[in-house]
Amino acid sequence: MNADLKKPAPPLEYVTTRKDEIIGWARKFSLFPYPFVTACCAMEFMSVSSTPYDTDRFGAALPRFSPRQSDLLMVVGTVTHKQAPVLRRVYEQMCEPKWVMAFGVCATSGGFYQNYAALPGIDKIIPVDVYIPGCPPRPEMVIDGIMQLQDRIARSRHPIVNDRF
Amino acid sequence: MDAGKLDALKEELAGHGLEATVSHGLLVLELEPGALPETAQKLRTALGFDLLLDVTAVDWPQREPRFDVVWHFYSTRRFQRVRLRVKVGAADPQVDTLTGLYGSAHYMERECHDMYGIRFRGNPDLRPILLYEGFEGHPLRKDYPKHREQPLVPYRK
Repeated sequence: MNADLKKPAPPLEYVTTRKDEIIGWARKFSLFPYPFVTACCAMEFMSVSSTPYDTDRFGAALPRFSPRQSDLLMVVGTVTHKQAPVLRRVYEQMCEPKWVMAFGVCATSGGFYQNYAALPGIDKIIPVDVYIPGCPPRPEMVIDGIMQLQDRIARSRHPIVNDRF
Repeated sequence: MDAGKLDALKEELAGHGLEATVSHGLLVLELEPGALPETAQKLRTALGFDLLLDVTAVDWPQREPRFDVVWHFYSTRRFQRVRLRVKVGAADPQVDTLTGLYGSAHYMERECHDMYGIRFRGNPDLRPILLYEGFEGHPLRKDYPKHREQPLVPYRK
């Protein structure tokens, strides 16, 4: 008797899916954040990235300190006009696909800083995908922001070869 | 600070300054602009004031002379503080540098120059320290518009 026939068939040999769906699913669970941390929101960033809140549950835990290896730019804290060229350059160094999160009210709109020094929101110089208000935001709000970004990644198109595919 | 030590210090600085007052337990000396180097020299060498803690200014827009330049000294031996104050006008806000006596004066005079536009005669390096090259005006002057921004990166549309 043929030995192959005795083996049980593998439970799953292939699946069919849409290309954008599978790539979106893979990408949304492998967000490598680049923490651009400038101010007191850093404390909240530490708390949300470690236990018990733990952004690792959403695949967004491994901070890459090189913009070339990361795909989520987390701008955590106040950005000054003097720092703006640095932020702009970090953003430009990141490879596509890339997303930007404005963490806290200073990165979102400048917060209570309205003066000669502070940039009134990072969206004045780079595009932002998700805004998290709060001074500082609660960890739940950050996690909610990550989940909203994940939904958006899962729903968007992911061209990998050219514009059509 | 107890009153005896304060009086002793006042005695030692007698003859320096136009006016000596006491504010929050520290001696405040109002000086003629020309008297600053000599008084600072005395504080540093004869009286043991070995720390220069701060150089800053106060803007009185309605007053002439418009600015007070303020120095704070501390003695780690006597545990005493002294504040020196010099009035300078808006037309030519200049005072002498203390970089020859205190190394810490370098950065603090640069900051004061950034924020108030006070020039420190003799400071070898008055480049911007907190602001950036090309910044116009002095943001801590009262006539600097509160919302005036000078972005380095052009804003997105």
